[in-house]
Formats: sequence, C-alpha cells, structure tokens
Amino acid sequence: MSNEFVIETKDLTKAYGKFLAVDRINLNIARGEVFGLLGPNGAGKTTTILMLMGLCEPTSGTVKINGLDPAREPIKVKRVVGYMPEKIGFYDDLTAKENLEYTARLNGLAGNRLNDKIDGLLELVGLKDSRDQLVGKFSHGMKQRLGIADVMVKDPQIAIFDEPTSGIDPEGTDQVLNLINKMAEEKVTVVISSHLLHQVQKICTGVGIFSKGKLVASGSIDKLGREILRKGQFNIIIPIAQLTPQLREEIQKLPEVVDIISRANTTVVVCQDNICSKLEEVVLKITGLKLQMKVEEFELEEVYMKYFKES
Amino acid sequence: MTGLFEVFWKELSDNFNSRRFVILFLLVYLAGIASIYIAAQNIRSAVDETTRYVFLNLFIVGGKDIPFSFPLFMSLFIPIIGIALGFDAINSERTSGNLSRLLAQPIYRDNIINGKFLAGLVMIAILIFSIVTLVAGLGLRLIGVPPEAEEILRLFTFIFVSVLYGAFWMSLSILFSVLFKKTSTSALASIALWLFLFLFMSLIAGLIAQAIIPVNQNSTVEEVAQFDTLYRMISRINPGTLYAESIQAILLPVLGTTSPTMMMIGIYSGLKPTPLPLTQSLLIVWPQMVGLIALTAVCFILAYVKFMREEIRST
Repeated sequence: MSNEFVIETKDLTKAYGKFLAVDRINLNIARGEVFGLLGPNGAGKTTTILMLMGLCEPTSGTVKINGLDPAREPIKVKRVVGYMPEKIGFYDDLTAKENLEYTARLNGLAGNRLNDKIDGLLELVGLKDSRDQLVGKFSHGMKQRLGIADVMVKDPQIAIFDEPTSGIDPEGTDQVLNLINKMAEEKVTVVISSHLLHQVQKICTGVGIFSKGKLVASGSIDKLGREILRKGQFNIIIPIAQLTPQLREEIQKLPEVVDIISRANTTVVVCQDNICSKLEEVVLKITGLKLQMKVEEFELEEVYMKYFKES
Repeated sequence: MTGLFEVFWKELSDNFNSRRFVILFLLVYLAGIASIYIAAQNIRSAVDETTRYVFLNLFIVGGKDIPFSFPLFMSLFIPIIGIALGFDAINSERTSGNLSRLLAQPIYRDNIINGKFLAGLVMIAILIFSIVTLVAGLGLRLIGVPPEAEEILRLFTFIFVSVLYGAFWMSLSILFSVLFKKTSTSALASIALWLFLFLFMSLIAGLIAQAIIPVNQNSTVEEVAQFDTLYRMISRINPGTLYAESIQAILLPVLGTTSPTMMMIGIYSGLKPTPLPLTQSLLIVWPQMVGLIALTAVCFILAYVKFMREEIRST
C-alpha cells in the first residue's frame, strides 16, 4: 500500500461510437477521502463509476484501484470495493436478512459470526425491526439504507455510491448521509456521485465537477471556490459594520490586502493570503477590541453555478 | 468456481419456494395421475399373453375415446416447465436492479448464468424423476405386474431424454431472457416458438415434402418411402420430433424403427415384429439424443456469449 492514491485514473475515456461519454478524465482520490462526483445528468458520472468497478471497459486510458486494473483483475478489485448502483434492487421475495446473507456468501463469508454481523449492520441502518420482512414490502428509503448495509457487508476499503439519495425524502436523505459519514469515519474511502450540491458539501472533503464527459474541476471545495470565485483570494470577515478611517488606513497598509468592502453588518477584507491573525492584531492595536476573524466560506452551489455559467 | 455454488443454491431454493413451481408441480402430478388412470383402464385390452414389457405399456397406452397418453402429456408439459424455469432468468435480474449489485460482488460473471442453468437442470431432473416414479409406483399397484430389469433401464433412459428435452427449452428461454429486456416479451417469444413448432411444423414439413416428392394413391412404395424420409428429415428441425422419436423407440422396443410408414410397410408385408434389445433401441435414437444435446448447447452458448459481452448499466 505504498500508493498515495487508492483511486487513480489516467486519461480515462469511454466512447460510444463518436459520442464521448467520458473524455480523458484524470482523477486522484487519496485514502480516507470522501470524494463527490458532481454534474448534471448525463455528464458521465455513472460511466466513470462503472469503469472504476470494472463493469464497463474503458475505450482508452487506465484505472488503478489500489494499484490494480479492474478490467484485468475484477475479482481482486471487487473484493475491496463496495458499490451501490443508482437503481438498487433486492430480491423482493427474500427478507432483508436473507438478501444480505446472499451478498455475504457471494463474498465468501460464512459462519456463526456472519449472523451477528448482519444483525449489527441492520441495526446500524435502522432496519433491525424489519429484519425478517420481505424486501418487496420496503419503502424506497428503506431499500436505500439496506443498500448501504449491503455495501458494508464485505468490509470494503472503498465504497462507491451512485446517487444514493435520489428519490427519497429529506429525513431519509439525512439518514443515508449520516451512514455514509460513519463509513468515512472508519477510514473507508468514499466516492459519491450526486447532483444535489448541499448534500455533497455536507460530507465531502473533495469534489470533481463533470460536464459533458469532461472533468472540469477537481479538488477541495475551499480550493475550488477560491480558484473559481475569488481568483485565488481570501475574503476575511471583520464583524464591524463601519471601520474608522484610522483602522481602514492601517489595514490598507498590510501588503496582502487587495480591497476593503463594506457590507450590512460586517466588513470584508479581500487579501492574497489568509491573514486572519495579522488583522486581529491590527484591530486589537487600534480599537482595543479582541475580535474573531474568519475566512468567508463558499457555497458549493456558487462554485457550481459559476462554473456552468462560464462553460 | 467463485460464486457458482452460491448462485446455484440460491436459485434452487428460489425455485422450490416460489408459487410458480407449486402450481407447476400440482398440474404435472394431476396430469400424471390422470394419464396412469386412463392407461390402467385400457391396458387389459391393449396387451395379451404374448406381449413382452407389460409394465412399459403402462406408459404408452392411451384412452380409447380420449387421445391422452403419458408420452403426449410429457411432450406437452416439458416445454412449459423448461420455459417457466428460464424465461426470466437474466432480464428479471436486470429490471429488478439486482444485476449490477450482483456483478459488483467478487464472482465471475459467467457463474451467474451457469448457476442459474444448473439449478434449472436439477429442478427439471427432480420434477421428471418424481413424476415417472410416481406413475410407475401407481401402475405397479394398479396392474400388479412387476417391471423387468430392462424395463427399469428403459425408464431411466426415458427420464434422461426427457431431462435433455427440458434442458433444451430452458436454455432457449434463457437465451430469450438475455436477448429481450422485458420478461413478458421473452415469455411470449418462448411460448410462441413452442406453439409454432408444436402446431405448424408437421404441416409445413408435409407441404415442403409434398412439393418435392408428390405422392398420391397411385404412387409406388418406393416413392412413399422417399416422401416419408424427406418429411421426417424436415420435421426433425423441431426438437419435439426428436423427443417424440426418442421416447417411441425407448418405450416401444417392439417397433424397431422411428418411422410410422416403415412400420406400416412392415405390418403389411407380414413381418412379425420382435422387440429390440435396449442397446439396439439406443442405437436407433442416438442421433436424436445427440441432436437434442447439440441444440441445448447452441442455445446456451449463444446466451452465454451475449450475456458476457453485454454492457451493464443500472438504468
């Protein structure tokens, strides 16, 4: 496991005739990261995921999962990667428990401990009481949660979720996202595809934005925001409505400061670097007030909308 | 072998637990009991003291008024069983969203289709074996004549050929389940093909043969024999014909041929038929059996290749 990245793609391309569903994508996802694949429907997210799983062969380019090529060594890759497809289905005439048992057996798991493990997983996803119910009677949200248990049965190192929250109510969405978060806490590398930005922002450490088969941007939400919205600058918020002329002058003297903007109740200082502590010192020196400065955060939606407006 | 046994056991237990097969089992058993009842009613008039293989006659004798016998009933039901086992093998997995989840597990893709085929084969074998033993047991009770060793061997051969015939229909419907995305389409296609072969194939074979070698009342014996050979060649496109010929030769050792015209010629020329030994009967139906195996293999290989090459998308 000397690799820094557990998922690496190089110029990954999938063509259907002349149409490029996925066009030269370079993704690098580090161990333990929660990575969101963003983009409108038909941008190539699912195709990329299928190629990561080895369920669909790339036209050109390479994929490495833990250093293995999923098209060449599918069994080894599938042993460590859990995948929840977009339209997940279970055997309707089997119970929740029986469905998980089948997945476990396909993964070569058996024995007494398996029983406890499945019970534990069902409890974790909140389906303990529906353990012996036929899955055919489950609601969409319940199936989705069972899907997460299904992914966790094999103790994956990497878990890939394709639109895990599509079509379920807000409460169900929260439950699903919390469960995914729990997996991330256990050092599982998580990849989520979604077009719902708030959710991705809530749990992801990094995102990749897809558009028409291309990966147009990738990195942490913070970094992306700065690059795209602020041209690499930081907006630092000072919780003072009106700066005194003296304070304004002192702040302007700092070499990193580009601009000072007044807002309703605060003042925003645009700087080249993160100089919160320097500003705090200046404010303390001039006004005697000990104030907390913070860098303005980005809404992923802004980044996303901005991106699609420009392209 | 990764995954083959897991898929096999799951499919087998599914087969046993589903309502579809409870209904099939009941239907098959009822019809089996009915046919043995009719046979037992009529067997006394069909056999005399010179008849060998009295026990086998139980499986052949039909009613005087109702044209219903065990072989006819088997050739009707086996395709239905085969189709019921295979028509939704792959496409139901796809539409229910199970396929992409299954394929994300560390198993070889072909083991999904292999496991399903094997489980279906075992199911067919269980069904046919149990119905034949049921009929044999009832017959033993009704007529009280114990079977000879050779008759038992012939019954086992009959079971084997019947399983082959069932396997053909199952692999054909598995092929349709790979080709068609909807289960209703694949079921309809299988049943339509079966009905076509069952109802129209002999008609079409007769028309073609008549066009090539016209026969009428004035035709010579040679011409009739030629017509008959051609007609049978064409109708052997239908696996049902292969099956019917096989069971005829196996259950009616006295005939010594699979051609009805040849039998008529034999009877008119005053030859007294003597029963053939089992090995000779097997020799007669060997081509038919190989034909059934080959057809099964072709259908399954086509389904296999198509399934392995298919792109898997969840939507």
